[in-house]
Amino acid sequence: MSNVSIMIAGVGGQGTLLTSRVLGTAAVKAGYDVKVSEVHGMAQRGGSVITYVKIGENVNSPVIEKGEADILLCFEKLEALRWLEYAKKDGAIVVNDQRIDPMPVIIGREKYPDDIISKIKANRSNVFTIDALETAKELGNIRALNIVMVGFLANKTDIRREIWYEAIRETVKAKFLDLNLKAFDEGYKMAESYSN
Amino acid sequence: MKKLMLGNEAIARGAYEAGVKVATAYPGTPSTEITEFIATYDEIFSEWSPNEKVALEVAIGASFAGGRAICSMKHVGLNVAADPLFTVSYTGVNGGLVICVADDPGMHSSQNEQDSRHYAKAAKIPMLEPSDSQECKDFIKKALELSEEFDTPFIIRLTTRISHSQSLVELGERVEIPLKPYSKDIGKYVMMPAMARKRHVVVEERMERLASYAEETELNRIEWGSNTEIGVITSGICYQYSKEAFGDVSYLKLGMVHPLPEQLISEFASKVKTLYVIEELDPFIEEFLNKKGITCIGKEKLPIVGEYSASLIRKAILGTDEDTTALQENVPVRPPVLCPGCPHRGVFYTLRKNKLTVSGDIGCYTLGSMSPLEAMDTCVCMGASIGVAHGMEKALGKEDHRKGVAVIGDSTFIHSGITGLIDIVYNKGTSTVIILDNSITGMTGHQPNPATGYTIKGEKTRQIDLLKLCNAIGIDRVRVCDPFNLDEFDKVVKEEIAADEPSVIIAQRPCALLKTVKYEGSVKVNEEKCKYCKVCMRLGCPAIVDTGEDIHINEALCVGCELCLEVCKFNALEKVGGSNE
Ligand SMILES: Cc1ncc(C[n+]2csc(CCOP(=O)(O)OP(=O)(O)O)c2C)c(N)n1
Repeated sequence: MSNVSIMIAGVGGQGTLLTSRVLGTAAVKAGYDVKVSEVHGMAQRGGSVITYVKIGENVNSPVIEKGEADILLCFEKLEALRWLEYAKKDGAIVVNDQRIDPMPVIIGREKYPDDIISKIKANRSNVFTIDALETAKELGNIRALNIVMVGFLANKTDIRREIWYEAIRETVKAKFLDLNLKAFDEGYKMAESYSN
Repeated sequence: MKKLMLGNEAIARGAYEAGVKVATAYPGTPSTEITEFIATYDEIFSEWSPNEKVALEVAIGASFAGGRAICSMKHVGLNVAADPLFTVSYTGVNGGLVICVADDPGMHSSQNEQDSRHYAKAAKIPMLEPSDSQECKDFIKKALELSEEFDTPFIIRLTTRISHSQSLVELGERVEIPLKPYSKDIGKYVMMPAMARKRHVVVEERMERLASYAEETELNRIEWGSNTEIGVITSGICYQYSKEAFGDVSYLKLGMVHPLPEQLISEFASKVKTLYVIEELDPFIEEFLNKKGITCIGKEKLPIVGEYSASLIRKAILGTDEDTTALQENVPVRPPVLCPGCPHRGVFYTLRKNKLTVSGDIGCYTLGSMSPLEAMDTCVCMGASIGVAHGMEKALGKEDHRKGVAVIGDSTFIHSGITGLIDIVYNKGTSTVIILDNSITGMTGHQPNPATGYTIKGEKTRQIDLLKLCNAIGIDRVRVCDPFNLDEFDKVVKEEIAADEPSVIIAQRPCALLKTVKYEGSVKVNEEKCKYCKVCMRLGCPAIVDTGEDIHINEALCVGCELCLEVCKFNALEKVGGSNE
């Protein structure tokens, strides 16, 4: 694997920080240099949250910029639209088909854009939409959404499955390990059987 | 073993390995995790101090006693700690003393963008600046050693992207450092004019020795590239951005940003054709070069505000522009909001309803200034709400200030609100101060504070009694009230602002994110009763949605706090689920 830049976009509270940590840990275990960058604080109170995971032989800047992401992993549709230009033209865009209204929409001051997914597809060729929230619900805990996303993405890398399991084991709370391993498998399966 | 670590975690690890005995801090993004990670090591005594000044004083005491100590804070925290900082420079140390300060270029979560390097220069204290997590660990160890060798505190400057980025760190073992013997030495430790005059001379000599040390230390290194057309002087995260932007050119990477190595810089400058200085925020290194008559390009091409990045540097200096395809689409912003169930919501709803002028403060509750609550008029720095309210009263006169109150969080009140309140009592003010007691330091991610009754390690301790404290400093009118009891809270606010003496309202209700808080069920709209009057929308609750045709409750977000039930005049909001059904 040459350098891979993964940008994760979501809404505060969706578990994007944990996702970036699992990705980072797996890449380290696979022998790569890694940088993971996150911003805490204000961003967490339901705001737009982005984290970066950069993997490669030697990584300098921890930040991913416009047009640089090989993979854009989006936990929410509007966030996918917001950060779309950060993906490379042929970058993979994985979108969890969930809608969370931001304050200006909630108070009726602005409109949540229609047909986000088709707009993204019209602009990019490599788009995957999944319903990770539904899968997490079926598993009995919507908080497993983030690891379903990890499972889907894992399938697109050449890092072995066992390594992902180890990374999850080291990163999530013991109490939620089983749930998260199942969530990972579900996401992984989803990617295998994915058809546009 | 190598481990992926946040810069802050690596600082903690370095402190652990270097045998640090005492670690103090007041939380502040992006520095908070340093001390949270240190608290996981039982070999180190750690504490959340009431504020940064106290934190530094405690660390100074530990150092004087002969133990290694570290004190951490965000950039604005160093303003609070500046008083001891400037004088500990004179006393020097016994055990190694390091102050970690985290700047926030781009202001991801800060009220200003100040550049802490000026403090190093002004206080005459050496400063190191790491470029990744491994350096965070290495530099803290080095700084502790040098602190003892040169008898000076050291500052380690971090920035958000260093503190909050994870990269690989090689772990080592802890080395127990025996306490250095303490011997009474008033010439060194008692700073009054006669002694301080002598110590100032020592400080100047020390800075000269450190300047020579800067010339030879491996903390500063030249990396010759195959290209000497371009030379770049940089430090910290800007080193990483520069490497990515310029690639194979020559670099002078400064690990020590104060004092700067004049000869090393001149030598480097003489061997490259065009010299760039790449530094975020102020032209700190650049001005040094200017003063020494070394030609370089810096702020004439690069901004003085905001964060840098590789592409920003590329664009500004190499003139290359990335070709990106933006969708022409209006994407509504997603600002942070007060959480569903947040106790602050009841307070701001009431203040807005009464059309009060609210001098505000810093914490989660600063979000009360945003639409639709819009119930905060000012926010300057921690603790300022109280002084600002008092000042407004003195300028406007008592009667015209009837409509003014101050709001301040529990942690912020203890940090620096108490002295302001004393001022109101002492100087015959009549302001009303509302303490938002949500039983935690919310904004920075749930740290206990003296009003919570728990220590950083979660141990029980004596809890400050805010009511008695206010009484003791001379506030006779202190009311404790639940901000979710809207009628009662409204009445209390009206009574207190009408009073002819100073008053305090302690708005008591715990943060909805605390584990001990258990709301149940959720709220539903009874469509028959709902008149679409939109009063509930004034609460600014993210779970209450105006679809343009009706009101809808987002059940995934609603925690069932029931505040909205109180504002609906038509009883159209109903509780479903939960044990009281
Ligand atoms: C001098 C200084 N130190 C630290 C901070 C970071 N900070 C901002 S608000 C805050 C505490 C907020 O806690 P509290 O007052 O209890 O309000 P809450 O967030 O819980 O509503 C801190 C630590 C700062 N802005 N300034």
